[in-house]
Amino acid sequence: MKIPEPASATSILVSAVDEGRTRAKQEARAQRRERMALLLRKPSFLIGSTISLFWLVCAVFGTVIAPQDPFVQNPVDKLQEPSWKHWFGTDNLGRDVFSRVIVGARLIVIVALGATIIAAILGTILGLVAGYYKGMVDEVIMRTADVFMAIPTIVLALLITSSVNSKSMFIVMFIIALVFTPVIARTVRASALGETELDYVAAARLRTEKTPHIQFKEVLPNILPSLLVEFTVRLGYAIFAIATLSFLGAGASPESPDWGTQVATHRNFLNGLNWSATVFPALAIATLSIGVNLLQDAVTEAFDR
Amino acid sequence: MKRFLLRRIGLAFVTLFMLTFLVFFATHLLPGDVAKKILGPFADAQAVKDLNKELGTDRPIPVQYVSWISDTVRGDLGQSYVYSVPVSEKIRPAVGLSAKLGALAFLLVIPASIFGGIVAALRRGKPIDRLITIGGLSAAVIPEFVWAVFFILIFGVRLKWLPVSATSPDGAGIFEQYKHLLLPALCLVMVLFGYIARITRAGVIEALDADYTRTARLKGLPNRTVVNKHVLRNALMPTIAVTATQVGYLLGGLVAVELAFNYNGFGLLLLESVRQRDFPLLQAAVLLIGVVYVFTTLLADVIYTLLNPRIRQAILK
Repeated sequence: MKIPEPASATSILVSAVDEGRTRAKQEARAQRRERMALLLRKPSFLIGSTISLFWLVCAVFGTVIAPQDPFVQNPVDKLQEPSWKHWFGTDNLGRDVFSRVIVGARLIVIVALGATIIAAILGTILGLVAGYYKGMVDEVIMRTADVFMAIPTIVLALLITSSVNSKSMFIVMFIIALVFTPVIARTVRASALGETELDYVAAARLRTEKTPHIQFKEVLPNILPSLLVEFTVRLGYAIFAIATLSFLGAGASPESPDWGTQVATHRNFLNGLNWSATVFPALAIATLSIGVNLLQDAVTEAFDR
Repeated sequence: MKRFLLRRIGLAFVTLFMLTFLVFFATHLLPGDVAKKILGPFADAQAVKDLNKELGTDRPIPVQYVSWISDTVRGDLGQSYVYSVPVSEKIRPAVGLSAKLGALAFLLVIPASIFGGIVAALRRGKPIDRLITIGGLSAAVIPEFVWAVFFILIFGVRLKWLPVSATSPDGAGIFEQYKHLLLPALCLVMVLFGYIARITRAGVIEALDADYTRTARLKGLPNRTVVNKHVLRNALMPTIAVTATQVGYLLGGLVAVELAFNYNGFGLLLLESVRQRDFPLLQAAVLLIGVVYVFTTLLADVIYTLLNPRIRQAILK
């Protein structure tokens, strides 16, 4: 007769751990579902995502949507008021403002998203590294963040553009990414330090998992909500900064359909000559900013608790 | 307490020191020939060499940094490349003009946003609360120059209530001067209002929910006394701290506003120095902003800590 082998201590432990993991996963999923439901019920989320989505669609399909070529000049028809032919009127070179506003979405959306994504990735790595090494490395990263926060983003970006000889929106993107990185690192570090005191990190330590593994595989997923909040906050600031920088002439070239550049080029016509070539790009910036901000507000309330 | 103060002041100086690094090396990121930039690409090679020698820009970068920092500490900000006058001579009048604009903005925004924050907190969850918090923050995320466009068109061009240029004619009275500054100041107000109002609201709500407020109510004190004596006194502390940190922001916002309203203040001077690569002027301007920011946040932290012993304890731990 064969007696079933008694379950070894390790297999009991393994099954217990597995069971614990499954339960944790279920809980996490339930929490995520609850948060999504909370988010979807918020009017600010619905309005914000609708506006943002609209500009996102323009950014992707702008060249298809635009009724006219945004670059074709027609000096005879310059500075016209809105009409059926030109919904938003024409600019100082007779180009169709409506088409330029639609196509211009691409530039600011790409640059803002690009800058924020780069900063989020670099900032997360730096923040986790800072939270992990503590001591000197931590101190250096945090003091750098202090310095970057001591100067307004616009001024810091202007300072850097002054030494970079060529100007383009991609340089603006990297500058904004550079400026935001230490700030995001600080948030990630703070959240990561909060997690370090929790039991699951202690358990991982006891399982002799390597610290980088703990930071990136176990701590990171748990701080994703606050990272998401920080991401949306930074995205709003990025749009603000990018639009302002291009208004100041530090970004796109004058013929670009970029919104801030359009405002800068045409604002002198506001005084009676033509209002539409300035006001519509300005409205585009305003709506995109508000859309992303409403989205951010809803995400913060749903996730930041 | 002493230890906290010393540590906080020490930290401020560390930040300032690193700031000088940032300011100096950001303007020396690319190996560039300063004299060539000033004289243009077709300048005579000997002239370029002479000018570099005169400006001291032919020396190694670390040497230039040390001499720059020691001059700056002694109050010598150097000569402007473009205007060929001492940097401080250009900065001082510009700072004066911007201070006037900034002061007007703060004068408008502080009472308005504190009032708005209190109203929102007292009517928590009601439509007026939503309007102030969501409306305030939505206004705050719209860049100043966009507000400038709207204000210029509505109040300047269409209604003709206010001038669209911030610079008043020579010999204008103080009232006339501030009339010219009203629209630019309003642009700054729109961006500042939401933040300060929200912090005030949060402070008031926290105080309203606190035990001492409940005690005051249970004592039978009238609502007005509870709010004025118990709630507001405690609630306005965070507002002080936030307002101080906004001074730093304001200096950044001035750049766009002064350009939009053609105002020859500090922001426009900074922008010009960027455009013309007038590095001594640019370095001094950015450093000044950093110094103002570091000291206002230091001041805010100290006031906040003096007022709130709980934080003091937390910091000491």
